[in-house]
Amino acid sequence: MDVLAILIPVSLGLGLLGLGAFWWTLRSKQYDDPDGDRHRILSDDYDDQPKR
Amino acid sequence: MAYAEDAGGGGACPGCVALPEIARRAEEARRAEGQQVQLSLPTIHCAACISGVERGLMQMPGVNDVRVNLTRKRATVHVADGIDPDALVRHLGRLGFEAMPLDGATLSAGENDRAARDLLMRLGVSGFAMMNVMLLSVAVWSGATDATRDLFHWLSAAIAIPTVLFAGQPFFRSAAAALGARRLNMDVPISLAILLATGVSLSETILSGKHAYFDAAISLTFFLLAGRFLDQKMRGTARSAAAELAALEAPLALRIGGEGTETVRLEEVAVGDLLLVRPGAKVPVDGVVTQGTSELDRAFLTGETDPVAVGEGETLRAGEVNLTGPLTMRATAVGEDTLLHGLADLVAVAEEAKSRYNSIANRASRIYSPLVHIMALAGFVTWMSATGDFRTSMMIAVSLLIITCPCALGLAVPAVSTVASGKLFRLGMLVKHGTALERLSEVSHVVFDKTGTLTLGRPALVGPDGLPRETLALAAALAAGSDHPRSRAIAAAAELRDLPKVRVTDIRETPGYGVEGLWQGRRVRLGRAAWVGAEGSGTVLSVEGEAPVALEFEDVLRPGAAKLVAALKAKGVPVTLLSGDAEAPVRALADELGIEDWQAAMLPGEKAEAIDGLTAGGARVLMVGDGLNDVGALAAAHVSIAPASALEATRVAADMVLVAGDLGNVAEAMRIARVAQRRIKENFAAAALYNVVCVPIAFMGFASPLAAAIAMSTSSIVVSVNALRTR
Repeated sequence: MDVLAILIPVSLGLGLLGLGAFWWTLRSKQYDDPDGDRHRILSDDYDDQPKR
Repeated sequence: MAYAEDAGGGGACPGCVALPEIARRAEEARRAEGQQVQLSLPTIHCAACISGVERGLMQMPGVNDVRVNLTRKRATVHVADGIDPDALVRHLGRLGFEAMPLDGATLSAGENDRAARDLLMRLGVSGFAMMNVMLLSVAVWSGATDATRDLFHWLSAAIAIPTVLFAGQPFFRSAAAALGARRLNMDVPISLAILLATGVSLSETILSGKHAYFDAAISLTFFLLAGRFLDQKMRGTARSAAAELAALEAPLALRIGGEGTETVRLEEVAVGDLLLVRPGAKVPVDGVVTQGTSELDRAFLTGETDPVAVGEGETLRAGEVNLTGPLTMRATAVGEDTLLHGLADLVAVAEEAKSRYNSIANRASRIYSPLVHIMALAGFVTWMSATGDFRTSMMIAVSLLIITCPCALGLAVPAVSTVASGKLFRLGMLVKHGTALERLSEVSHVVFDKTGTLTLGRPALVGPDGLPRETLALAAALAAGSDHPRSRAIAAAAELRDLPKVRVTDIRETPGYGVEGLWQGRRVRLGRAAWVGAEGSGTVLSVEGEAPVALEFEDVLRPGAAKLVAALKAKGVPVTLLSGDAEAPVRALADELGIEDWQAAMLPGEKAEAIDGLTAGGARVLMVGDGLNDVGALAAAHVSIAPASALEATRVAADMVLVAGDLGNVAEAMRIARVAQRRIKENFAAAALYNVVCVPIAFMGFASPLAAAIAMSTSSIVVSVNALRTR
């Protein structure tokens, strides 16, 4: 059971990493234009003016 | 294609293309701080549209930055000072994109966005916590004992307690507000269940007990937040679309000052100011004409289709449309005092009445909330008296609270409403009011306004083929130079036919009267009968030395109107037409559409009374109207729809706004509302069934945390999937 001492912090750390990433996407307003982002990924243009 | 252009025009790599562009923009940004312009782009729909608009605008000098938002069909443009938004609109028009400037001040979606982001953050945090606590719980359920189980419970507590305190706040706040007002709402049992489950689990953990409900507390929070988020999202979309409609008509007026005219916002107009009303523009405030003659379209106010002539000294009402000549007016009432704003009271009364509407969700929670509490209490008392063990009794009470907690109920309504509203949104209908969909599903009688609702409020020439070809050609030649709606109707009728060429010279328009010119040396006039020199009223064409010819006009039907009326009759829903217009045109339209029940020349108050009469007779009335004379009726009806072409005041009064031009969608909307209502009821039935099965199990003490977790997830998934069947 000693392995738990490593596994639990690792799993929690990974979860927190995901939460942090989610927090970042939310803060940088990445959910404001889901339709646009869906199409933009197919566009040939280089998106050199991402939303600030 | 786009790729080839890129390669030919710029460099080989994206960065090479981007670099000079960045330099140019940086330089321009230095030169001018600039301002932000919002444009509405109703027709964009694809990747090519995004890059077309963005690239097209970037080519314009003075444009620093463009960002298209496809979800909102909007573009935010940063431009240097002094760039006119209309120039951007014209530029986009040349590129083939329809665009309209939006009034930035009217458009403040910030509050809404923040609320949605806040809920999403809480949803994310509780989702994270749910996953981790579940992971730990699975280990406990699969047989962890003693020190390992305690460790896992402590870890779960460490994750769950801060999460519940953070993510549960929306429920706690609403419950506190309800209790403060001595009411019970859905959030009271929810908060109680979450807090009690967490508290009992913590004490169990401290006493190193067997069962902890941390996972249940968190998944309850998560599922309910998901329902709350869907609800917020749906209302946000409708609200932002309604705000956009308001922002399209920037409240501006042309004030005549010392040096020419200036454009001012409506709030800045004071009583006594001189204002210029151009042909085609709306009268901004109530006032009196001081100079000029013209004709007014009063359809919004009275429902009449015929234009009304005005001259010096006559009264103007905010909302009327000036048709032919420029008018100078002196403002006599502004802002709150205008007739238009007088209607706001009516609207407020209607809102009040509608907020009292008892929705099915409300009724359900009124029965449900006390039931949940009583059940938990009963469980506690029964076990306490049977065993005398406080700890066991408390566990039973908590498991009962968790099982009966309206997790599925919290999702049942928002999930269906979101799906149905999304469908209606795609049909071009905005659902503005929370309970409008439900009220729409109950409609048993439909009342229409005529002008601007069943018709477009735009005249068309009657029987152009019955007129001599030369007469029509002559009328069209005269009409070509005028913006009067009837002139445009004549020109439109002539365009479809192959007519002989006529040459009319010296064409001159006398605003408010008509157009005259010279044809083969003779004077020809097209205009009001009295001015032309003929008997009667209406529009007349006269040629010097010949008998005058009267031209008849009728209102154009709105697309889908005939289909809608036919569909309603086929379903056996009675249809009534109430119009403020004169009897003859109303009769003609009623006959054309096959409406037997109609009334003409109705005053606004009479319309509202007629609706009240129908309501008193037991009918649930859907009112569809666009005029200011309909506001009372819209407010009195069970549910109301206004087309987007209506004035702001009317749209505010209505529960739904029809953005699409096709009225036929109303029948489809009614069908969707009925289906949605059926799904909601099915969801409630599913939730009730689940309670019937699970409550006895929990009561007998068999509801382990594992059973609770399975039951809760299953019921939530069942109602969500059922909601998706709404089509």
